[in-house]
Amino acid sequence: MTDSSHTASIKERTSVFQIVSNNRYLIARRFVQVGTLLLFAAGAWWDWSILKGNLSASRLFERIFLADPFATLQIYAAGQSLAKPILLGAATVLLFYLIVGGRVFCSWVCPVNMVTDLAAWLRNKLNIKTAYQLNRNLRYLNLGLALVLSAISGYAAFEWVSPINMMHRELIFGLGMGWTAVLGLFFFDLLLVRHGWCGHLCPLGAFYSLLGRLRVWKIQFQADRCDKCGVCHKICPEPHVLKLTDLNQNGRVIAGDCTNCLRCTSVCPQKALHSSLSSPLESFKLINQKEVV
Amino acid sequence: MSVTRRQFFIRTAQTAAAGAVAGTIWYQLLSSSAQAAPSMLRPPGALDNQDFLARCIKCGNCVNDCPFDTLKLARMGKENTQGTPFFNARKIPCHMCEDIPCVKACPTGALDPELTDIKQAEMGVAVIDEETCLAFLGLRCEICYRVCPKIDKAIDLQYRSQERTGKHAFFEPVIHSEECTGCGMCEHACPTDEAAIRILPKELVKGMVGKHYRLGWKDKGRITRDFKPEASASKASTSSAKALNTLNNTGKLYD
Repeated sequence: MTDSSHTASIKERTSVFQIVSNNRYLIARRFVQVGTLLLFAAGAWWDWSILKGNLSASRLFERIFLADPFATLQIYAAGQSLAKPILLGAATVLLFYLIVGGRVFCSWVCPVNMVTDLAAWLRNKLNIKTAYQLNRNLRYLNLGLALVLSAISGYAAFEWVSPINMMHRELIFGLGMGWTAVLGLFFFDLLLVRHGWCGHLCPLGAFYSLLGRLRVWKIQFQADRCDKCGVCHKICPEPHVLKLTDLNQNGRVIAGDCTNCLRCTSVCPQKALHSSLSSPLESFKLINQKEVV
Repeated sequence: MSVTRRQFFIRTAQTAAAGAVAGTIWYQLLSSSAQAAPSMLRPPGALDNQDFLARCIKCGNCVNDCPFDTLKLARMGKENTQGTPFFNARKIPCHMCEDIPCVKACPTGALDPELTDIKQAEMGVAVIDEETCLAFLGLRCEICYRVCPKIDKAIDLQYRSQERTGKHAFFEPVIHSEECTGCGMCEHACPTDEAAIRILPKELVKGMVGKHYRLGWKDKGRITRDFKPEASASKASTSSAKALNTLNNTGKLYD
């Protein structure tokens, strides 16, 4: 990049239009997250029939059942038979996230993402250094634990302690002590572990990571454009999915942990990253190849 | 990236240790938050406590669809079993909608879809504090009786003469637990400062006689059949002459 174009791009970025344009995906994600919450709220408060319930189970237009497949699995693990509505609902949601990518839930729907994103943003602003390192695979341990504990206790283990449920309930039904959990999570992410909850511990995120492997919607990588500046790594909440060797080999992000938040595509100064649709079979091949190599 | 056997064992042990620590804390949290709250009144059709808590996905749709705002979601730190539906009969009782929208709203069957007749619901049972009930004090009140949706079935009035005055009567409300749905209309309407009639979950109130008891005036045949197979055959031959001669024929009594 030449000097003149660099200054030009800085000038461009200062205009309001440019700020909006640079953050268009962020705005879109917040719009979807807040919009979903508002529809749930309207269903509860004013009896709107668009979306009723919460992220664990709901009805769309009073007809289509939706259910959290992970919660459904826990209820099953707890030894309960599954009624038709949640079975149908879970299948619908499962299919949807299999196609668009499991962790699209995390960055586009889950309300806790707004809290943890704020913590991460503030952490960068205040330049808070990492206090603790956690293994990102802990979430898979939690995923296993959720199912084992459900089987042992006879209760859907994560559903009773989930900060996602608590936050949603506080927003819609209000005035309990669930805020303490959300606040605790915020400070945990802000002060202790960078991307601590969503990136390391959340079993629901882990479940959706497993679902995301064969997604159609992916971040595509153009190796010839990349100048290895590392800006995408800095902004990505799951930076291991952008490992350069993998990107070079696959030409796209195939790891299930990618949340399709699209932040990398909007910060990349070389426009080497963009999102598009690709065949799920292709990524299946890539995953298999990778394991052979 | 090859892993030596030693590293493999160490990693496995580390994972197991992390799992044990997290699992223990989680289990404690779980058992304190999913702790059954035996005094909470649940919506119509709710399965018994353990199954209800295991099945309820805490979506709040029964609460959303309750047209009388009877049902509330338990709030963390305020009520037990956060996220599950309950109601407070003194504040807003169950109006026993005929189409039972709360049961229809439940996606998991925590509210049993087989409950189609709301009059068969078993949310709880009314109990009366006879020391503070106006009717038992001899005052004229029959509000609970009048508001009951199953008047004369779930609750009726029993008349008893008032000996203190010698010319009045008590109109005492009596609950029939097999008919009472626990809707709470009576508790809501009770005019005393603290309700003298209130709804409690059945398992807190109901006793059980025991299967070996035989109530002679109810199941006549069964008694003789169970304990004296021969006597049941001779039952038909009972006559007043035989009764008068009882003392002369004591022999049969002791066989």
